[in-house]
Amino acid sequence: MNGLEVGNTPLVRLRHISPTPDVEIFAKLEWYNPTGSVKDRIALAMLSAAEAEGRVGPGAHLLEPSSGNTGIALARLAKMRGYRMTVVIPANVPGERKNVLRAFGAELIETPAEYGSNGAIAHAETLAGGDHVMLFQYGNPANPAAHYEGTGPEILKELESVDAFVAGLGTGGTLMGVGAALREANPGVAIVAAEPPIGEAVFGLRSLEEGYTPPVFDPDAIDGKILVRTGDSVIMTRRLMAEEGLFVGPSSGAAVHAAARWASKMSRGRIVVLLPDSGWKYLSTGLWTGDVESIVDRLGGQLYF
Amino acid sequence: MNDQSVQVRIPTVMRPLVGGEKVIPATGATVRAIVADIGGRHAGLAERILDKDGELHRFVNVFVGDEDVRYLDGLDTPVPAGTEISIIPAVAGG
Repeated sequence: MNGLEVGNTPLVRLRHISPTPDVEIFAKLEWYNPTGSVKDRIALAMLSAAEAEGRVGPGAHLLEPSSGNTGIALARLAKMRGYRMTVVIPANVPGERKNVLRAFGAELIETPAEYGSNGAIAHAETLAGGDHVMLFQYGNPANPAAHYEGTGPEILKELESVDAFVAGLGTGGTLMGVGAALREANPGVAIVAAEPPIGEAVFGLRSLEEGYTPPVFDPDAIDGKILVRTGDSVIMTRRLMAEEGLFVGPSSGAAVHAAARWASKMSRGRIVVLLPDSGWKYLSTGLWTGDVESIVDRLGGQLYF
Repeated sequence: MNDQSVQVRIPTVMRPLVGGEKVIPATGATVRAIVADIGGRHAGLAERILDKDGELHRFVNVFVGDEDVRYLDGLDTPVPAGTEISIIPAVAGG
């Protein structure tokens, strides 16, 4: 494995999820990447760009704020290439994420739960510079570019027409990059964000001045945003297992819930929805067992996208 | 309760302005009217939702049902009776 085997993930049709008979929903299964998430794409793109520019070389020390998947993907590459890796991570992510990061040799700096990813970003910014190189997924053009050059064309290779694309909103890189690629093929395509069900977890944001819109995300470049409650993402995560045989994480459940909602507004056509990771890293949340309400309570205090 | 009555979900950061409530009732036919209504009853609340030009604050997302009003008609988005409005601060993931 040389770190280059990212992308070319399967695109499968979901047979039981669309509420509209003439609307087909196709799912892009991103856990078929080396560390099991869509973030292998941007980690490779950002690191390769930084190496080509000479910003990262032998003995480099990478620093990245991440709620998990980007950190894991970067940690793997750092390990392979002999760099040091520090991940600034909100304390309230599922424990599996921290364990995987440590397995890949990353050092962790935990930031207070109540500030969420916004807090991890702010803290990483105070540490950047000096000996650290921060690739910074939230502001790095190689993030959307990885999707513009990879994910988007992969979809277009398999489907001659796409009417809507749905993905979760984290950095915005997926929506921007895939959106731009799909729009070139069909200017009428709707690019739709699934707003993660996170409000309750970030209970301590002191003021709205600490709200954050990632520099790579242009809100005017999407066509709609669907709010997905934690309960709805849990229910869809379970439906994907029971009805489609797909073992996915809760952010995939949220994205598919939003895709089904968008399908309910269409009469015919094709939707592609991106499923960022699988269920393995969420077993500790008990997502697949017990009643939905108790899972919602447990997930409500955790960051999982 | 009249026929324009809706429920508004308040984010944690704004709950101190509404006596700690998670959900408050409001009346109005548009998002603008709803914000004016709750802003009139809870000092400081409208200033947290709108910027100084009276537009939606860039770090605040307002949803009518499950749809972000930025992609509907903004503050002029109609609010059907019985709808739930959610005010949610912008946060990142990844």
